[in-house]
Amino acid sequence: MTAFAKYLRWDTVVGVLLVAVFLAGTGTTEGFADTANLSAALNDTAEIALIALPMTLLVVAGQVDLSVASMLGLSSALAGALWEAGWAFEMIVPLCLLVGALGGLLNGWLVTRVGLPSLAVTIGTLTLYRGLASVVLGDKAVADFPEAYSQWATYTETVPGTFIPYPVALFGVLAVITAVVLHCTAFGRSLYAIGAQEDAAWFAGIRVKRIKLVLFVLAGFVASFAGIVYTLRYGSARADNGIGLELVVIASVLLGGIDFDGGRGTLGGAIAGVLLIGLLGNLLTLNDVSNEIQVIVTGLLLVASVLTPRIVATVSERRQRRAATASA
Amino acid sequence: MDLVFRARELSIGGALVALILATWAANPSFLDDQGIKDLLLNSSILVLLVAGQSVVVITRNIDLSVGSVVGLSAFACGTFVSGTDHSALTVVLLGIGLGVLCGLVSGLLVSFGRVPALVVTLGMLYVIQGIDHAWAHGEQINAADVPDGVLALGSGSVLGIPYLPLISAAVLAGTAYYLRSYRSGRELYAIGSSPEAARLAGIPIRRRVLAAYAFSGAIAGFAGTLWLARFGTVVADAANGWELNVVSAVVVGGVAITGGVGTVWGAALGALLLTTIGSALVVLKVDSFWQQAITGVLLLAAITTDRIVNLRTTSALRKRSRR
Repeated sequence: MTAFAKYLRWDTVVGVLLVAVFLAGTGTTEGFADTANLSAALNDTAEIALIALPMTLLVVAGQVDLSVASMLGLSSALAGALWEAGWAFEMIVPLCLLVGALGGLLNGWLVTRVGLPSLAVTIGTLTLYRGLASVVLGDKAVADFPEAYSQWATYTETVPGTFIPYPVALFGVLAVITAVVLHCTAFGRSLYAIGAQEDAAWFAGIRVKRIKLVLFVLAGFVASFAGIVYTLRYGSARADNGIGLELVVIASVLLGGIDFDGGRGTLGGAIAGVLLIGLLGNLLTLNDVSNEIQVIVTGLLLVASVLTPRIVATVSERRQRRAATASA
Repeated sequence: MDLVFRARELSIGGALVALILATWAANPSFLDDQGIKDLLLNSSILVLLVAGQSVVVITRNIDLSVGSVVGLSAFACGTFVSGTDHSALTVVLLGIGLGVLCGLVSGLLVSFGRVPALVVTLGMLYVIQGIDHAWAHGEQINAADVPDGVLALGSGSVLGIPYLPLISAAVLAGTAYYLRSYRSGRELYAIGSSPEAARLAGIPIRRRVLAAYAFSGAIAGFAGTLWLARFGTVVADAANGWELNVVSAVVVGGVAITGGVGTVWGAALGALLLTTIGSALVVLKVDSFWQQAITGVLLLAAITTDRIVNLRTTSALRKRSRR
């Protein structure tokens, strides 16, 4: 029973589901397993996957950042406005990243110094950053980025010898780093401690506020980088780029078994969650399933992903209790 | 202690009055007959939704699905009445019924499934939105097909006051009275401030939370009907994204997102403040690109001020009790 329960961890289930979707797609849908399609499917999730990394760290620590998609939009708008003003792209990128880090700093400052709940703070900055994006670029769209840069973000340009586009390769590197930090370092363990019991973590000598601040800065930084990738990938800088993306990122992370109450989950699960939504969406699109149905599937998966482990836990608890009374 | 809570609402109310007066001074047309009517009409649906959301947030939960429920209900009611002469009452009941259904699903998953509210209602947001889009399939409800009886609900008035704000005020007063004066209403606060203590005190937490969600759903469904009555023309993504407006208003209005604190009056003032900011920026001819950014700053300022005032009063009360 215990061995069974051990393998029935939710992130394992999501991993299995991911493989199942892949196999089902390969078996039923022509063109699904083609490298070109896989490159496109992976690249389509690039921004969500990138932002999911710091989001996982935040949610493990019991926090949430709803402003990431607005920061993506702000970064995109800023890049567009500066490019139009004649800046070199090599200057635009660091500036956007700086703005992202500053935006994260504001979130973190309001959460840690003023003591506001992160949900409330980031609803406010969600509005603010999206507003700033439209201040910076208005309702214009800037599209004439040089080919060398936009090529980099498309799925047709891949790392030599593989079918992996550059944004995805970059995500892979960052994912490995994040996984090592989260699962193999004292810093990573302290995130779980903060998420599980913030007061206890503080008494244990963990610098709770400092760590939370770092996480928010990281989230802003990565979101602004995702904004650059988004801009290049679609070849279009707009103030309303990535509207509503924050909910997709959070849905993917939660689908991967990261507990919204904090303190539980693995990065592998979160990444599997992102890929599952991405691949499933691609598979459904190839089979002419409408976008509306895909949205419904995402919602149902999300609810099921949180409900199932709890049902399993309740059932096994009951069974154990019954076994205990029977033996007594 | 009562005074402290009231003082909180006074500060939001004061900000609201100051904003209205300043805008009026800058542009008198802001407060002419039509201006006041617009202000009331623009805020009434948000105020209504805020009453439902507050009840859920007070129990330390959240309902992110309200925007999609409003959209679904507006579209369903629109389809139902299109080209018929159904009475307004039937349509209202249909909308409320649909809303209750959605609320019950969320509520059951939260209270009996013990799934975090944010996850459930986020999931429900997607599911309901998807159903709505799949059903509407790019089509829309046209005002010409909606019976006059229903449209009258949105445009009619008594003594010069439109129906919509009156309805919102009535629902608000009822909710406030219930939360304040009924045992089960007080229990919602108990659940929000300490679920464990509430459980030990024998409060039926699951049933109360379920009821809170059913109420929030009913309000959202009702709001959908009113949306149809007000605008006549409804597309599938009507009220898309409104969940964040509603939650913002509740938070600005001093209902703590961590549960157990706040009143629907405060939340309604928050909703009025947000709507008035929007209208004032338009009247003051602020560049439309700046409007959202300014709203964001004011939102942050409001929750920060609230937090600081709250800390001050807590320490003042502590000092007094020590004496």
